[in-house]
Amino acid sequence: MTEFFKTSGLAVGYNGKTLIRDIDIALRKGGILTLIGPNGSGKSTILKTVARQLAAIRGSVMVDGSELFKMTPKELARKQAVVLTDRIRPELCTVREIVSLGRYPYTNAVGKMTTEDRRIVDDALELVSVTDLSERDFMTLSDGQKQRVVLARALAQRPELLILDEPTAFLDIKYKTELLSVLRRLSRERGVTVIMSLHEIDLAAKASDLLLCVKGETIAAFGAPDEVMRSVPVEELYDLDKGSYDPVLGSVELEKADGAPRVFVIAGAGFGIPVFRRLQRERAPFAAGIIFENDIDARAAKSLAAECVTAPAFEPITEELFERAKKLMLSCERAVDAGAPIGALNEANGRLIALAKERGMLEK
Amino acid sequence: MVKGSKKTGSGAGRFAAVILLLSALLLLALVLNLAIGSVRLSPAEIASLLKNGKDASTESIIIFNVRMPRMLLAAILGGALAVSGFLLQSFFRNPIAGPFVLGISSGAKMIVGITMIFLAGSVAMSPAVMVAAAFFGSLMITAVVLLFSQKVKNMELLLVVGIMVGYICSAVTDMAVTFASEQDIVNLKYWSMGTFSGKSWEHVVTALVICVPAALASWLLSKPMGAYALGEGYAKSMGVAVRPFRLALILLSSLLSACVTALAGPISFVGIAVPHITRTLLKSSRPTLVIPAAFLAGAVFCVFCDLIARTVFSPTELNIGTVTSIFGAPVVIWMMISRRRREA
Repeated sequence: MTEFFKTSGLAVGYNGKTLIRDIDIALRKGGILTLIGPNGSGKSTILKTVARQLAAIRGSVMVDGSELFKMTPKELARKQAVVLTDRIRPELCTVREIVSLGRYPYTNAVGKMTTEDRRIVDDALELVSVTDLSERDFMTLSDGQKQRVVLARALAQRPELLILDEPTAFLDIKYKTELLSVLRRLSRERGVTVIMSLHEIDLAAKASDLLLCVKGETIAAFGAPDEVMRSVPVEELYDLDKGSYDPVLGSVELEKADGAPRVFVIAGAGFGIPVFRRLQRERAPFAAGIIFENDIDARAAKSLAAECVTAPAFEPITEELFERAKKLMLSCERAVDAGAPIGALNEANGRLIALAKERGMLEK
Repeated sequence: MVKGSKKTGSGAGRFAAVILLLSALLLLALVLNLAIGSVRLSPAEIASLLKNGKDASTESIIIFNVRMPRMLLAAILGGALAVSGFLLQSFFRNPIAGPFVLGISSGAKMIVGITMIFLAGSVAMSPAVMVAAAFFGSLMITAVVLLFSQKVKNMELLLVVGIMVGYICSAVTDMAVTFASEQDIVNLKYWSMGTFSGKSWEHVVTALVICVPAALASWLLSKPMGAYALGEGYAKSMGVAVRPFRLALILLSSLLSACVTALAGPISFVGIAVPHITRTLLKSSRPTLVIPAAFLAGAVFCVFCDLIARTVFSPTELNIGTVTSIFGAPVVIWMMISRRRREA
């Protein structure tokens, strides 16, 4: 694997004070690296250093075989483009004018655009689907539209390395996914290498080839998303004590209700999740059962339920488990049938429902 | 898009139209300036006077030695002020910046005043010496304002600082006047109120030699100025050498406004109002287009203002700053209000 981007012994910080040290990253051409970590952890500091907006305190950064801090400004501008968190507020500037600025390192002394430059600008507008907006005044756009225009400007620079600091910050879910798809396409089809920071850990894990966890004075973890997620649980990375994160489903759950379970949910096949969420909102501690280990309800119950009776997958539920679930259910004030289908393997759940109904504790 | 048919043509077409309009207005202003005054001349008379060249007649002297240098000076310095303002606006990325409101003109005035009073005996007060003194004063106050701008990120607050610095400079100027001899005060008073009157060809040549190259150099900075409008971070990422670029903006802007202050005294609001009108006419803030158009518009504005200053209450002349304030300040107020509304 040839490394397009490589840092060795890099230390970053402000005014000569080191914030994060020993950063050793290597990224192949066309790879996507995402920095994750809590606010103020130094993601932006790393990105600014790599974009040469900030001097490195120690160590080296190699981009495509050349030393980053030794390139001329023009070489650098032709090699990499940035999307920063700075809000831009140009007066009376059309979208096309903004995107055309991306051609800066290629045009002559007075910025004359050639036919080729115009074609590249059109292409950049098209890529982030803002062609329709090209004659609009930038300041009249919504935040989401502005962010896409800013990306188009970076693309018009035809960078081999694209650096984005929280590019999804002002976007709704549609544009978030669109933006990340565009980045994936750029990396796959054009071999653009991407280094960015994201707040959405779920999307970061899905869109990136490599993740870098930034926490404390050194790098907490660096590697493929699943490895990183295993080695540094998100709860730990973000000091999450009022909620949880499921790395498999990529879902974030709020804090579970404390105390002994008051409600028993007879769940399965994903029918339990809406009930779990409702109870969680009502802050009613609950138990769930009997759920097969591989069931999606089992994963959700793990982060939301006070207690959960799970059964091995693909096997009939044993009497022993039924007795445990029965005891747990009867210790609750009421029971809820989530409406999961009852079949041969989980007929025990049918018996639980019947029992709850008999005791008058079943709530539909 | 409703009217997106002529994509590249519309901007260039609009620019041509604006330039044509401003040129026509300038021509009209120049002719009026030659014609109107204590001695009225008809267009036919002017034409024949211009054709025959300079002679000893009163009319010829009025045209060639009084009205022509005066109006040319007004035109050149008007253009210089507009470009100077535009450069400062690019620097601060804010259209409310200008040499007068930031106190830079007052700084120039202070140093010129001190020079006139204390060095008049030893140095001949030629236009070039005055410009040099004013340039020094402009740079000094610009440095002070920049020092504050590092602490004060809010433009409105920076304006207050600029206005206060301006007052301090005026106070120092007044103090210097107290110690000046009768003869110096007359010169100083006359100059410090701002006027194009009594200017010779030497003034015109000095203005021409400084302002035209400075304005051209400013135009050559159009490309980085466009990129700088997106902020320092983006400009840097596109390959703008930010420090030398910022220094060039400040030096050119100071030189242009110093030239105006030295040769005609402090003139208010042109630096903000004219670039704003120009941007509005062009519907664009692209420096390549705005700089030449603003130079022309500044010339038109000042030539008309000077015409008003010397004719409305004739034979009493108004200060040029009085007229530019009456027309310029409302434009600035209108601009600030419409910007607020757009941001809300």
